[in-house]
Amino acid sequence: MVVAERKPMEEILTMVADFKKILLTGCKGCVTVCNAGGQKEVGILASALKIARKKEDREIEIDEITLERQCDPEYIDQLEKPIATNHYDAVLSMACSVGPQYIAKRFEDVLVFPVLNTTFIGGSLEHGVWAEFCQACGSCVIHNFGSICPITRCAKSLMNGPCGGSSRGKCEINPETDCAWHLIYDRMKRLGRLDKLSTVVMYKDWTTNRDGGPRKIVREDLKL
Amino acid sequence: MKAGSNLEKVLAAGHLAVTGELGPPRGADAEVIRHKAKYLKGLVDSVNVTDNQTSVVRMCSMAVCRLLLDMGIEPNLQMVCRDRNRIAIQSDLLGASALGIKNVLCLSGDHQKFGDHPHAKNVFDIDSMQLIATVKKMRDEGKLINDQALEGVPKFFIGSAENPFADPFEFRVTRLGKKIAAGSDFLQTQCIYNMQKFRTWMQQSYDAGLTEKCSILAGITPLKSIGMARYMQKFVPGLDVPDSYINRLKGVDKKLQGAEGIKIAIEQIQEIKEMKGIAGFHVMAIEWEEHVEKIVSGAGLLPRPVPSAEQGS
Amino acid sequence: MRLNYPSNVKIINVPCTGRVDILHLLKAIEDGADGVYVAGCLEGDCHYLTGNLKAKKRVAYVKKLLGEVGLEPERVEMHNLSAAQGTRFAEIAREFTTRIRDLGPSPVRTDKKPGHMAA
Repeated sequence: MVVAERKPMEEILTMVADFKKILLTGCKGCVTVCNAGGQKEVGILASALKIARKKEDREIEIDEITLERQCDPEYIDQLEKPIATNHYDAVLSMACSVGPQYIAKRFEDVLVFPVLNTTFIGGSLEHGVWAEFCQACGSCVIHNFGSICPITRCAKSLMNGPCGGSSRGKCEINPETDCAWHLIYDRMKRLGRLDKLSTVVMYKDWTTNRDGGPRKIVREDLKL
Repeated sequence: MKAGSNLEKVLAAGHLAVTGELGPPRGADAEVIRHKAKYLKGLVDSVNVTDNQTSVVRMCSMAVCRLLLDMGIEPNLQMVCRDRNRIAIQSDLLGASALGIKNVLCLSGDHQKFGDHPHAKNVFDIDSMQLIATVKKMRDEGKLINDQALEGVPKFFIGSAENPFADPFEFRVTRLGKKIAAGSDFLQTQCIYNMQKFRTWMQQSYDAGLTEKCSILAGITPLKSIGMARYMQKFVPGLDVPDSYINRLKGVDKKLQGAEGIKIAIEQIQEIKEMKGIAGFHVMAIEWEEHVEKIVSGAGLLPRPVPSAEQGS
Repeated sequence: MRLNYPSNVKIINVPCTGRVDILHLLKAIEDGADGVYVAGCLEGDCHYLTGNLKAKKRVAYVKKLLGEVGLEPERVEMHNLSAAQGTRFAEIAREFTTRIRDLGPSPVRTDKKPGHMAA
């Protein structure tokens, strides 16, 4: 899933500094799963913002809505009524950064702010801990590496690793980060496929990555 | 002859080669290079010029290589994959060749986290193995990566690096084999302190027939002081400094530690000379260039051979 | 035990402090409580095993969050005691009241008078 975390309070307070009435929107998708922007987190942030304001003897009116997702236009449409009937100074989105972009696209005259820093595509390691596993390069070849992604998990995205900085299974940039290539070596050894690591892997085609420009997928069979 | 460089000729003639190293300045002052290079001239067959080593911005390797050529010193251009995409890399290689540079070392590069600009985007479009293949394709096929024919084919003697002390140890010799298959003509190792491990790696490489295909130069870095030894043991990733050296330096007066370090380096060279398949030494005395003479002469590696002009083209 | 404890401590009963959510603590402060403390069982004695440990982490989270919006983190606290420690219960109530009195009324309060405190 997309993993995100809430921006520092200081940054959020600066964003809303001049606003008296805002709509705080959450998302029941990825950000609920990683406890960053679901209904609960919307409630917590709303309360924190109100505390911050009251402390300054000012008020802030916050309406809270948590949508099914903020990456499909039909759910964004659900904001039409609240936005039309209330004159919000701004709409804050606690979805991943796709959310605020969708809201802004749909409601062009509204100021929209992202409350989260969208960080990576990953999964949970344990309750409360998430790590990056995929860089969305667009041409997945992890099966050549024992189903471990060297582009994402190797700090240098080496296709023919490990580099000389691999020490005791850890990456030179951080003693807590596993050396992806050490993992790949161990996995391929276990699978009895070490011979596959003896040939030089040639150049990656980065055109399917964001390097080729912003990407789009079209499924003609699904278009209405 | 692939490039006809001095280093290549020395190796081809069967001598033990010696290469040195030089770090460019963190500024535009070329005098710094001229000053440091003075200490290396005539003592080594060619000099490595590092490429923004440890991700610290320094004068670019190619410019310094040209300055060395002007001084009559043969340079080894180090090129890392961290800062350039394949377009810039191929472009730089063509330029380097036009400037008269013949030896190129293909490296991954230290992550920018270690350097003075950790906020930079890192590139790593291709890795060191693919870089070796790129240089080989340009030289032997006269083509760029996209098969575009070159107007003027660069002739390079291709180098690479390997760290026999990094993990997983069992994979290091395989990786050496891959680099050779990709096109590496010579290779410099990370600086050696764990002699036992290096001996094992060297023997395995020899047994696999790799030392015949690629000239392996053993990396030697003299320990200036016990402080340096401790620092390298604790903080430099991929280095393996045994306690025996630290204890040895401990027993020596501070003022004499440098001399002891040089003694150690000389002993290391003497010991490695006996290993099968070794083709030479890479002496890395960064910011200590004035002591290279003591090491090279103390190890019986002077005078450096001057291969005749008729040897190869 | 019929021991006295300050009358400004309002008690909210929960089956286990693991039931206490971050939002409960924040709402209390938001609605004007000068201080909030969570009284859970002694660590290791939780009937539900880890309820009080979860509460401890949530209290820590709220303290940090309050600090980030400029409120004194000391207004929210976690305490541990057993159901049999009546004296300790009263003691905590008194100690916390004193501490909050020293901090003064919560800056969030609109009336800024010393008053309620939720436990």
